[in-house]
Amino acid sequence: MQAIHWDSFFFLFFALMTCVFAIAVVVSSNIVRMATYLVASLCGVAGLFFLAGAQFLGAMQLMLYVGGTVVLLVFGVMLTAKGPFVSMRSGGGQWIVALLVGGSLLAVLLQTVAVVQPIAKSRPVAEASADQPTTTQLGAGLVGVRTDQVGQGSGNGGQTSVYAGYLLPFEIISLHLLVVLVGAAFLARAKRRVAPREQGLEL
Amino acid sequence: MDLLTHSIGLSHYLIVGVVLFVCGVVCMTIKRNAVGVLMGIELVLNGANVNFIAFGSPQLAGGGSLGLDGQFIAIFVMVLAAAEAAVALAIALCFYHNHATIDVDRGNELNG
Amino acid sequence: MAQALIEKLDGWGFHWLAQQGWIVYLLIGLVQVALILALVMTCVAVYTWMERKISGRIQDRMGPTRVGGRFGWLQPAADGLKLLCKEDIVPAAADGLLFRVAPYLDFCAAFIPFLALPFAPGWVVQPLDTAVFFIVAIGGLEVLGVILAGYASGSKWSLYGAMREAAQVVSFEIPLGMCVVVPVLMAGTMNLTDIAEQQRGWLWNWNLVNPFALVTFVIYMVCATASANRAPFDLPEAESELVAGFMTEYSGFRWAMFFMAEYCAMFLLALLGAILFCGGWNGPVPIATWLGLAADPHHWTFLGFLGNCLGCTNLIIKGVLGVIFMMWLRWTLPRLRIDQVMTTCLKYCVPLASIMLIGTMATVFVVRGGLASPPPHKTEETPVKQRTESPLSLRERVRVRADGTHAIDSRLPSPPAPLPDGKGSLVTPVAQEGVS
Repeated sequence: MQAIHWDSFFFLFFALMTCVFAIAVVVSSNIVRMATYLVASLCGVAGLFFLAGAQFLGAMQLMLYVGGTVVLLVFGVMLTAKGPFVSMRSGGGQWIVALLVGGSLLAVLLQTVAVVQPIAKSRPVAEASADQPTTTQLGAGLVGVRTDQVGQGSGNGGQTSVYAGYLLPFEIISLHLLVVLVGAAFLARAKRRVAPREQGLEL
Repeated sequence: MDLLTHSIGLSHYLIVGVVLFVCGVVCMTIKRNAVGVLMGIELVLNGANVNFIAFGSPQLAGGGSLGLDGQFIAIFVMVLAAAEAAVALAIALCFYHNHATIDVDRGNELNG
Repeated sequence: MAQALIEKLDGWGFHWLAQQGWIVYLLIGLVQVALILALVMTCVAVYTWMERKISGRIQDRMGPTRVGGRFGWLQPAADGLKLLCKEDIVPAAADGLLFRVAPYLDFCAAFIPFLALPFAPGWVVQPLDTAVFFIVAIGGLEVLGVILAGYASGSKWSLYGAMREAAQVVSFEIPLGMCVVVPVLMAGTMNLTDIAEQQRGWLWNWNLVNPFALVTFVIYMVCATASANRAPFDLPEAESELVAGFMTEYSGFRWAMFFMAEYCAMFLLALLGAILFCGGWNGPVPIATWLGLAADPHHWTFLGFLGNCLGCTNLIIKGVLGVIFMMWLRWTLPRLRIDQVMTTCLKYCVPLASIMLIGTMATVFVVRGGLASPPPHKTEETPVKQRTESPLSLRERVRVRADGTHAIDSRLPSPPAPLPDGKGSLVTPVAQEGVS
């Protein structure tokens, strides 16, 4: 029996975790359970990031998505639930249409994935994992010093490409976040509740 | 057992990204709860992120990898997705304030 | 280490085992996790006893004195036994799956960061370059367990407690993150082992000595107390107001899981604060250096192992002191209202942490001449053998190769100074290439 690649095993574990819980999000009808399954799926994605060599991204995924966005979603659920354990089910016809759309999209995308030529791997996984970019390399890339691309020498005389780094987009998204903070706080401010249209008695 | 004995390549990660993306799209189409639709959006963006990270990983994509570009794009996607989730949730709260229900099927005032 | 063990097994004749490398990895991982679990669980049990003793003494009474002799040191065992034997109650209105999953989710979120926490140089289950970020990120997952617990209990007290807890923890993550960035800025790396190694030596090598970092440490302790839901920020589990907050419907072992998670979180935050600000396993006086017990990372010696044990003990003592501080706070200060908690976070902690961050940036900029420069060498009193491989400045580490690519050398040792008797360096420099 051939030796099992332990990193393949972990990839399978995280990939199955991601996919199974993503399907569970679609299938489930209880909104809080959907949020829990989403947490598990996003944790699986974080594991995949760690396996692919993006440590900073994996930690960022855990902090932003699982620690932030899902908490936001659960808050949203709490604020918009009329009673405990609300569940709204869609009709059978809608499910058929959705599955048709999803199925055709899945077929098209899988075919595209199959067409992507497996690029010859220059290094096996074990030794390449020692080259995982740390935050130093990410930070250097922000200001324009790239460690992974040929021809980006900024110390050379005539440079053909001007690569200034990702600092400007970084600043732009920081401002964007500020705008979003203010805008979301304004949009979600407490207003006078309007009675529902269908039930005239309930206020 | 083939998967366990051979090393993982780029297409495996891409398949995971595809599954996430399709689950997100189906979630967006089928859910009646607005917060459920938001969860679909998160799944879609995560599928895209998995793609970017896979292409940006030197051990998976070999010579054709995006390098650090993949990770930078993924960072930006994550931050913008969080921002967009905040605004979308604020919109959902407005919807709830105006209709007293979070069911998006009830938002049919512009019909016909 | 696993690879070395596999090769040794191959040498001893266990060829099949050596081929199935994953078994060795699994065994090593299990042993490491079992060690951490044993340490953390022992500490948690001791903390329950300490909590009752300290609260007793602060309130001018004795605390447990019967179970286990005069000091009641077997009280945690009695408590644990009682909780295990209690009836397992799940409310009828509860969401069964989420109700059962929530305590374990909370405990996992409190325990997983220990895997990235170094207890001595080289004594870490998973050495991560982004260890600080990882720990803070996973620490933010506890709020999910609490929200699920509160929601799934199907009771309004639980829901109130859970929502307040979520609001509190999520708000305090911001100043906590900013406080944690300050030592990262001073050290130039997120690797906890490196941050602690750069504080090797005497007391003035600690990060605390920088006045901005000192204030940041105080803010960090406040935010850590709030993050762990300890008084005066314990409104989510306020015993006199919300019955028991989000833990109202939990009894027996599930409640014990929540409390273990809380003590784990306190211990983790105290250890993290010790490593980031107080030198970690390096004591105020370099005893290990005097006794010649300093560990060489490149080959294992028994004396080095003893030195690491000493360092690990030092770190755990600092963590325990931090936890005692949090317990002391609990029984001294009255509880804050939820709006006061939010005011503390948003009006006091966040601006102060921002100012400290800017001040530290200015300090690093002025003192070291650039944000990417290395910390000053503190090698005058320490012999060459224990000199840490401190990072060089980014400008010095980036080399342009012949084909125009850049390479960042991750760690180059400083050029060794000659020993007083004129001999050369005892350490062979190890140069590691960055991503090429």
